[in-house]
Amino acid sequence: MTLFFHEIRRDAAKLAVWTAVIAALLLVSIVIYPQMTAEMAEMGDLFSGMGGFSAAFNMDKINFGEFPGYFAVECGNVLGLGGAFFAALLGVAALAGEERDRTAEFLLTHPVSRASVVAQKLFAVLAKILILNLVVALVSVFGALAIGETVDAGLFSRIFLGYFLLQTQIACVLFGVSAFLSGGGLGLGLGTAFVLYFFNILANLTDDAAFLRYLTPFSYADGTVIVAAGGIEGKYLVPGLLFAAAGVGAAFFWYRRKDIRA
Amino acid sequence: MKAIETKGLTKYYGRTRGIEELDLSVEEGEIFGFIGPNGAGKSTTIRILLGLIRKTRGEARVLGMDAEKEKEAILREVGYLPAEAAFYAGMRVGEALDFSARLRKKDCREEARRLCERLSLDLTRKVGELSLGNRKKVGIVAALQHKPRLYILDEPTSGLDPLVQREFFSLLRERSEEGATVFLSSHVLSEIGRYCRRAGILRDGKLIRQDFVDKLTGTGAKRVTLHGASAPPALPGIRDVRQNGASLSFLYSGRADALVAALAGLSFDDITLTDPDIEDVFLHYYEKEGS
Repeated sequence: MTLFFHEIRRDAAKLAVWTAVIAALLLVSIVIYPQMTAEMAEMGDLFSGMGGFSAAFNMDKINFGEFPGYFAVECGNVLGLGGAFFAALLGVAALAGEERDRTAEFLLTHPVSRASVVAQKLFAVLAKILILNLVVALVSVFGALAIGETVDAGLFSRIFLGYFLLQTQIACVLFGVSAFLSGGGLGLGLGTAFVLYFFNILANLTDDAAFLRYLTPFSYADGTVIVAAGGIEGKYLVPGLLFAAAGVGAAFFWYRRKDIRA
Repeated sequence: MKAIETKGLTKYYGRTRGIEELDLSVEEGEIFGFIGPNGAGKSTTIRILLGLIRKTRGEARVLGMDAEKEKEAILREVGYLPAEAAFYAGMRVGEALDFSARLRKKDCREEARRLCERLSLDLTRKVGELSLGNRKKVGIVAALQHKPRLYILDEPTSGLDPLVQREFFSLLRERSEEGATVFLSSHVLSEIGRYCRRAGILRDGKLIRQDFVDKLTGTGAKRVTLHGASAPPALPGIRDVRQNGASLSFLYSGRADALVAALAGLSFDDITLTDPDIEDVFLHYYEKEGS
């Protein structure tokens, strides 16, 4: 577990900043909700009249005037996209970063198997994602209680579980990609997260692109869909978990055989 | 048991040659020099021995263990100093050394402190702020602190000042006297000549000679230095002619009487005849194999 704790310590500042920014933005969104409720009815009408735009962000599926609906949209914007970028950066840098920073030679000439390196780094990535989501969830719940809203524990859990799974999928897929890279990957990571986000918007806009929902985790993790449907849609979650498993499998397979760059 | 043994060890990076058919043999307890210029394949060989890269074919055994199949067991017994030591930037020297020790599941604090004192290395400095030489010192301590059976050192003295170099070799000698094996890769030929018992010469990925350093230098050639001469005698067996101010020197392999007869026709003030140093030997093998 030495490497696991080393990874957590090394990224502690990065984790703290991302967690603080996402939690703060979400908290601000929650705190301003009471002032916005008066305008919500009008906004609801406005969104329903915006056709494709509302559909693209699933705002036509929820009642914007009620806190869960409002929270789902805000959560999607802040934790959905922000969390996806964070997970992408962690995943793509996990293995490739050692070669980029030329520390792979130091690490891998110690008596630690490559499989153990992959496992400890993977668990560290997942632990960081879990910590961010737990803190953000706690801050959100306290924020909601502070403004006098009742928190549906089951619904909130499903929303946060959705985003945790989304980030896990992105991180695992890019973790697999990371095993094949010898440096960098930052652009690839952020680009992948953004493309997956865009896939969901495309799938919401036109039925011709509906198949993209099977490729992007934003389809099952979208808070608005979870609020509207009452839960995570399994038909999109299962392929997502398979993609994540494939990423992890590829990392274990390739990194154990990989020639480490000097 | 051999500390390092390779048979037909070959590595290609795609279609690019790394090393070819390398038969290397390092005895336990000796200081072995691994000589070759940049790109000859020294680091490739070391990286295979440490399991950082996979061989294309052949066999590599370290301390009697297979370099690929028993990698973790090998790495427990090896201290490795890379040519360019890199550490996690945010760490302090003490933290980096402690991390290395914990990866080995060993408490090396006492030995690390002792080594840092001898090498004048401050444990509290951040590794990202260290000069090349001080980073190298951290690498040395990380390679030595767990007292391994085998030291694999890749260009260990680059960046070190002469005093630290001397202390470093004194440490290596102590470890060697305690029974450890030292595999020293270098293109600083004088260090190989001074500290190693045996050496291997690598050229274009192939081991062209492996022997005792004494025997390697005993190539039959002599370095002849003529003071006050402007041209060497016209004689077969003369090579590596160097003009240094008023002195002219060359390597000569051949009969002594023929040399004396040829020198009789030349004008010079003084003459010295010496055994070739390891640089001469290196050039000798390079020219011989290259021609």
